[in-house]
Amino acid sequence: MTDNRFFNRSELIGILVLAVFLVLVLPLTLDVFRLNLVAKYLTYAFVALGLVVCWGYGGILSLGQGVFFGLGGYCMAMFLKLEASSVANTKIQSTPGIPDFMDWNQITALPLFWKPFSSLTFTIAAIILVPGIFALIIGTAMFKRRVGGTYFAIITQAVAAILTILIVGQQGYTGGINGMTDLRTLKGWDIRPDHAKIVLYFFEVGCLFVCIMIAQFVRHSKLGRILVAMREKEDRVRFSGYSVANFKIFAFCVAAVFAAIGGAMFALNVGFMSPSFVGIVPSIEMVIYTAVGGRLSILGAVYGTLLVNFAKTSLSETFPELWLFGLGGLFIAVVLAFPNGLAGIWGDYVQPRIDGLISSRKPKPEGWTDSSVADGAPAE
Amino acid sequence: MSDEANKGLLSPLRRKLLMGMAAVPAITMLPRASFAQAPATSAVNTTGLAVTDTEVTVGILHSATGTMAISETGSIEAEKLAIEQINAMGGVLGRKIKFIQEDGASDWPTFAEKAKKLLVNDKVAAIMGCWTSASRKAVLPVMEQYNGMLYYPTFYEGLEQSKNVIYTGQEATQQILAGLNWIAKEKGAKSFFFIGSDYIWPRTSNKIARKHVENVLKGKVVGEEYYPLGNTQFNSVINKIKLTKPDVIFTDVVGGSNVAFYKQLKAAGIDLSKQALLTISVTEDEIDGIGGENIAGAYACMKYFQSLDNPNNKTFVPAFKKMWGEKTVIGDVTQAAYLGPWLWKLTVEKAGSFDIDKIAAASPGIEFKGAPEGYVRIHENHHLWSKTRVGRAKLDGQFELIYETADLVEPDPFPKGYQ
Repeated sequence: MTDNRFFNRSELIGILVLAVFLVLVLPLTLDVFRLNLVAKYLTYAFVALGLVVCWGYGGILSLGQGVFFGLGGYCMAMFLKLEASSVANTKIQSTPGIPDFMDWNQITALPLFWKPFSSLTFTIAAIILVPGIFALIIGTAMFKRRVGGTYFAIITQAVAAILTILIVGQQGYTGGINGMTDLRTLKGWDIRPDHAKIVLYFFEVGCLFVCIMIAQFVRHSKLGRILVAMREKEDRVRFSGYSVANFKIFAFCVAAVFAAIGGAMFALNVGFMSPSFVGIVPSIEMVIYTAVGGRLSILGAVYGTLLVNFAKTSLSETFPELWLFGLGGLFIAVVLAFPNGLAGIWGDYVQPRIDGLISSRKPKPEGWTDSSVADGAPAE
Repeated sequence: MSDEANKGLLSPLRRKLLMGMAAVPAITMLPRASFAQAPATSAVNTTGLAVTDTEVTVGILHSATGTMAISETGSIEAEKLAIEQINAMGGVLGRKIKFIQEDGASDWPTFAEKAKKLLVNDKVAAIMGCWTSASRKAVLPVMEQYNGMLYYPTFYEGLEQSKNVIYTGQEATQQILAGLNWIAKEKGAKSFFFIGSDYIWPRTSNKIARKHVENVLKGKVVGEEYYPLGNTQFNSVINKIKLTKPDVIFTDVVGGSNVAFYKQLKAAGIDLSKQALLTISVTEDEIDGIGGENIAGAYACMKYFQSLDNPNNKTFVPAFKKMWGEKTVIGDVTQAAYLGPWLWKLTVEKAGSFDIDKIAAASPGIEFKGAPEGYVRIHENHHLWSKTRVGRAKLDGQFELIYETADLVEPDPFPKGYQ
């Protein structure tokens, strides 16, 4: 009945409200520094969005999304780092023209796998393809063998740990624990001054809305229904003749690509990439953003990410020595009191009132059942 | 060699101070006495920093939470002590120092974010901060882009020099070379075994140490091993040490890994009173966690020990304990962090301005005679001239000074022949 529609009325309103909030309210009320912080937070919203598709709808909990965030981010950072390491900029090195950390590690020529990253086209393709193909390999290896649930979550954690160790250990090629710092220009355009930050912010918001649309499309298509069915009763879907593994792999790949786009945006907006976004802890943090926003809600993921990161920044600015307790308290409170996160609060308390107001004025029966089917899943 | 130079630099400064002091009573006779003492804000702050007629704001940016908190807390405490002491003496250019503390949370990008916040939002006149190389590397582009001034306290790997940073710790050659010379001469050491944590500082330090051992001391490096940060299993390397029997174990293992390393070394029966071990990463702070009984006998190469016997240190240690408790210990980096606010104050007064460009230009030649480690001076390359010292760890967790260089050692962040 609503298969060929992107969204129902309340979702449309929600997306419009978010658009007004991100495109008008925030840029008009915040200074450039704070706006750049919001841009940084929003890079995690891409990951949270992917987790809604993969975890919320597909029921696949991945505790290793940092891997894909990192792969996307490093692809972008490699391009930017190469551009920042022109011979003119690196005159003081023993080998000018290579990134500074290579010089510190006695590498005298650009490694082969770095070379293609001097092309922006290749880099953009790599940002999508490298994590996509990596997710495809992991997904195929796991889901075809019917590894799922907790085991899958643990394996994704292991992958995150392995990639961190790899990056830190190969510091001559990756910058090690310092990461890639001092990224300056994109095709000659300086990404550091204020006006560039504003342009990058709007570019990122644009990308975010494209991703939201894709997530909406997945959710409202038959595909989304199969994902939900799979989450609820995997065997029934399998016995109905669907290849469960392929659908899971698809959801996992979508989440991976979203995370990678977020990572690339991060490198652009922050001018920095480091293994501290790849490991287990940041990966779990990304799951928390989704949980706080409500793992079944696409828009909730964006608000959840913004709320948690905003709380993180403001608490740590106000209470530099105690802020972690405040943040921990927030998580516990949300999970205990509102298992469906911000979206749950909205759906349970706010939405009914608004609906009540509207319907009391002009009673108009419309198909709300759609969202209740998709969203009405019990929390695990 | 430095002594002659000092006097030359010293006398104009002293003359200026004397003239200033002579001028004070004259000024108080003027009607607008209290205002006239401090130069007008518009004159000392032309770039919109957070300077008012009575206050100047600086930033403190360290990890108060996360894995690095245990190391960085000492630096925070030292900086607050220095600021309090400077305020008690009347502040800087007649203005009290107010500080804004931000938490880097042991996370490098957070350091960059907070540094930017301090510079862009709070317009701080200087930042005392960072600890690990990774955090400094993250903050450096921010400092250069927004033209801030960072006082960085940790001994580090060198290969860096910036207009916007004053390095109050030792760079690698300052820390290592004199210690290696001493142990080669004193213990007749010929063979060395290197163990480090796997990141840029230990790798660069060991590279410099290896070149020095092989080219200058004509010795041999019989092993070089690296472990990830936070590693707690050192049994395999300890077995290798037993097999190769090096004259000296040279370590730059950092943080919590040290606890496991020294305990396992002791458990494996390696007696540090017989086996020479030279570390460049263990200060009094780390011994607090390792336990004096596990490391007694080891040699550490630093520029400061809490036990130093000089008049400055004898007033510094009690003042520190009075503010932060009897049980606190003071390591090398804590002392270097204490230098930051003082050097900044002296530089501002020499420049007669809070402007970053003027401070950067005025920094070379600034000398601080009140340093707990003894006299220090800022070099043209924004590092400090300072002495190298070797201490032996005692059971009570303190070091006993064994050796110190006769002269200040020149900082050389880009050492020729060691790259």
